[in-house]
Amino acid sequence: MRLLVLVSVCLAMLVADLKFRYLEVVRQALSVATWPLQMAAAAPADFVRNAAVYFGTLVEVQKDNAALRGRELEAAQRLLRFEQLEEENRRLRGLLDMGPAVAAKSVAAEILYDAPDPFDLKVILNRGSQQGVEAGMAVVNEQGMIGQVTRVYPVQAEVTLLTDKDQAVPVQVARNGLRGVLAGAGQGRLELRFTLSGADVRVGDRLVTSGLDGLFLAGLPVADVVSVDRDAQTFAVIVCEPVAGVERTTQVRLLGRAEPPPPRPAPEPEPEPRKGLKG
Amino acid sequence: MQPTHRSSRILLPAKTWFAYLSLLVALALSYIPTGLTPGVPDWVALVLAFWSIREPLRVGMGAGFLFGVLVDIGHGAAMGQHALAYVVLCYLATSVSRRVLWFPPTQQALQMFPLLLLTQVIMVVVRLVAGAEFPGWWYFLSSLTSAALWVPLNYLLLLPQYQPVDRDDNRPI
Repeated sequence: MRLLVLVSVCLAMLVADLKFRYLEVVRQALSVATWPLQMAAAAPADFVRNAAVYFGTLVEVQKDNAALRGRELEAAQRLLRFEQLEEENRRLRGLLDMGPAVAAKSVAAEILYDAPDPFDLKVILNRGSQQGVEAGMAVVNEQGMIGQVTRVYPVQAEVTLLTDKDQAVPVQVARNGLRGVLAGAGQGRLELRFTLSGADVRVGDRLVTSGLDGLFLAGLPVADVVSVDRDAQTFAVIVCEPVAGVERTTQVRLLGRAEPPPPRPAPEPEPEPRKGLKG
Repeated sequence: MQPTHRSSRILLPAKTWFAYLSLLVALALSYIPTGLTPGVPDWVALVLAFWSIREPLRVGMGAGFLFGVLVDIGHGAAMGQHALAYVVLCYLATSVSRRVLWFPPTQQALQMFPLLLLTQVIMVVVRLVAGAEFPGWWYFLSSLTSAALWVPLNYLLLLPQYQPVDRDDNRPI
C-alpha cells in the first residue's frame, strides 16, 4: 500500500518536473539543505585539480604564456579596430534613427565538472545568481557558443550544452541571413531544423545566433554546416558541427542582455465576424 | 545450495542514528563530482539496500524516497527519478530480507546485483519515456561495482554491532 502511494507520488513529481517545470522552487529550497554536503564532497575534487595546477611544469607554463602573449597582441589590434567600428556603428544607427544596439552583460566563469546525470549533456559552473548569472544566458568560449544556462543556484549554475537533444538555438546563416532553428542531434552534432530543401544553405556556411528569441545577443558564432541532404521530402537534413569545442572547454563567459527584450506587440483585435452575407 | 548459518552470528541491535548517519555519508559520497566516469558505485542505493535487508522495520521506503529526492537534487536529475527507483529497491529488499540473511555475504552480493540493476533499469526507462537519449551500456557497470562492494560494506556497517556487551580490555574487539 505504502509502495503504491510513494510510487505514485514519484511519478507525479516526475511529470510535474519534466513536463511542466513546476518543482523548481522545491529544488531551489532543498538545494540549500544539500549545499554543505555538496561542498564537502567537492573538496577532494578541488584538491586534485589544484594539485595538478601546482605541479604543472615550468616548460608548459612558459609555452602557454608565449601563446597567450601572441593571442593578446592579435586581440589588441582587433580591439582597437572594434572600438572604432562601434563608434561608427553608433553614429550610423543615430543617423538611421534605429535606437542603440542591445547592451551586453557578461560574467566570467569556470566549468567545474560534468553534471552526474548521464541522461543530459550538462555542465556545472562555479558562478550563480549571487554573481549575476541568470537563466537563459548564452555560454561562450573564445571561439563561439557552447550552451545556455538552464538552471541557476545561489553559487552554481547548470549549463545545457548545444549538443543536448533538447537544446535549441535560433540562428541565421551568416552569409545570407537565412533564419532557422538549430538543435542538438547527439554524437556531438547539431541539426538545422525546419529549413526547406530549396533553401540556400551550403556546406561550410557559418551559423550565428539571430537574437530573435530575445535572450541571446545577435551574431555569436554557433556552428558550421557539415553536410546538406536535400533528398528528404519538405525539409532538408542539414548537419552542423559546433564552432567551439563544446564538450572540452573550461573557461567560459556568460553573455546576456542588459535589459529585458521589448514586450511583445499587442495582438491585433479580432476582425468582426461578417454579418448579412445571406442571399 | 544449502545455506550456511555463518551470517547469523548474534549481534548487538543496530542503532537507528548509525543507519541514518551512514546514509548521509553515502549521500555525500554520491555528491563527489566524478563527471560521467562509468562504474562509479551508487552509494546511496547500496546503503539503503543494506539497511532495508538488515533493519526492515527502521529503514524502508520512506527513507528511500527521502534520500532519492536528495540525490535527484544534488545530481540535477529529474525530480523523482532516483526516488522512484529507491522506493522500489527498498520495497524489494525489505521483502526478500528474511531469505537473503540466511546466506553468507558473498552470496548476498550475488542476490543484490539484480536488485541494484533493476533500480538502474527503472531510471533509464523513466528518462527514455521522458525523451532522453540512451546513456550507453557502460551506465549499467555501476550496479556491478556496487554489488562487488557489498561484502566490505557489510563488514564495515556491522562493525559497531560486533562490539561485545561487556568490554574486555584484553580483547578489544
